[in-house]
Amino acid sequence: MTAAAEAPLPVQRRREVVRQGLWVGLATGAYGISFGALSVAAGLSVAQTQVLSLLLFSGGSQFAVVGVLGAGGSPVAAVATSTLLGVRNGLYALRTSRFLGVDGVRRLLAAHVTIDESTAVGTAQAEGPAQRLGFWVTGLTVFSGWNLMTLAGALVGNALGDPRTYGLDAAAAAAFAALLWPRLRDGDAAATAVLAVAVALLASPVLPAGLPVVLAGLAAVAVGLRPGRRPEPAP
Amino acid sequence: MTWATVLAAGVLAYALKLAGYVVPASWVEGERRSRVVTLLPVALLSGLVAVQTLVGDGGGLVLDARLVALGAAVVLLVLRANFLVVVAGAALVAGLLRAAGGG
Repeated sequence: MTAAAEAPLPVQRRREVVRQGLWVGLATGAYGISFGALSVAAGLSVAQTQVLSLLLFSGGSQFAVVGVLGAGGSPVAAVATSTLLGVRNGLYALRTSRFLGVDGVRRLLAAHVTIDESTAVGTAQAEGPAQRLGFWVTGLTVFSGWNLMTLAGALVGNALGDPRTYGLDAAAAAAFAALLWPRLRDGDAAATAVLAVAVALLASPVLPAGLPVVLAGLAAVAVGLRPGRRPEPAP
Repeated sequence: MTWATVLAAGVLAYALKLAGYVVPASWVEGERRSRVVTLLPVALLSGLVAVQTLVGDGGGLVLDARLVALGAAVVLLVLRANFLVVVAGAALVAGLLRAAGGG
């Protein structure tokens, strides 16, 4: 690992990265209230609701579990949809494991908080120390906020109302877009993003939730595996 | 039965996350594979933003306040607005449009 050779992060950069992580964490936390309330309304107990946030800890998958069960779907369908939505976390881990350089207990912990938000903030940073700081601050902030808000929602119901009223769904998409933005100056990354959007949108009407985003991952394979653009040296 | 569902979903989700940390290094080594791994979050997050912005509950494409809000975010990004302004601006646009009955 090159970690030891890297310069420590200037205070200004630290603040910037921490602030990004905290804001993403806070915006996500608000959704926890809505999850907690929805889960109890779907017939799960407060304890089951909390265990989903503590153990499953992946927003999309959790909403899928309570959504399928609440609609009278089978447990198998609930677990299958949740798992499909969780595949992308495993793919994120291929990338985050590279800059985290973690082992043992820290690796087990890092795996647990490997989600959209921590990956987005971590990979948006240019320097190794900033990547690690962004990942951990975001992952741990989202975990704490999400779990506290889940409990609040499960106990007192959805006092805030639908988070969409406040545009919080758009805030999440905008945050991911803002984190991706600087990387799109790179031609390969831009091509990957355009291809991924096309794949996800084409697949959405015909495939179950979760699969279109995983399929969009193929854009990275297509762009990454393509032969180098440099002309081959003349024989 | 609900407990079994909750626990099974939780264990499988964690297993998937951990799997990415324990794959043999040789699977993801080499110049091109390394490039794929670096591009993976870009692809997945771009796909996610597209789905969050344009896909409706039934899986069909829906044009509503979400797309206008993302458009506002992109304009703010082009203007080099700071992160929080971009995120809050998109939320404000979506919230106002919905309050005005614009989906």
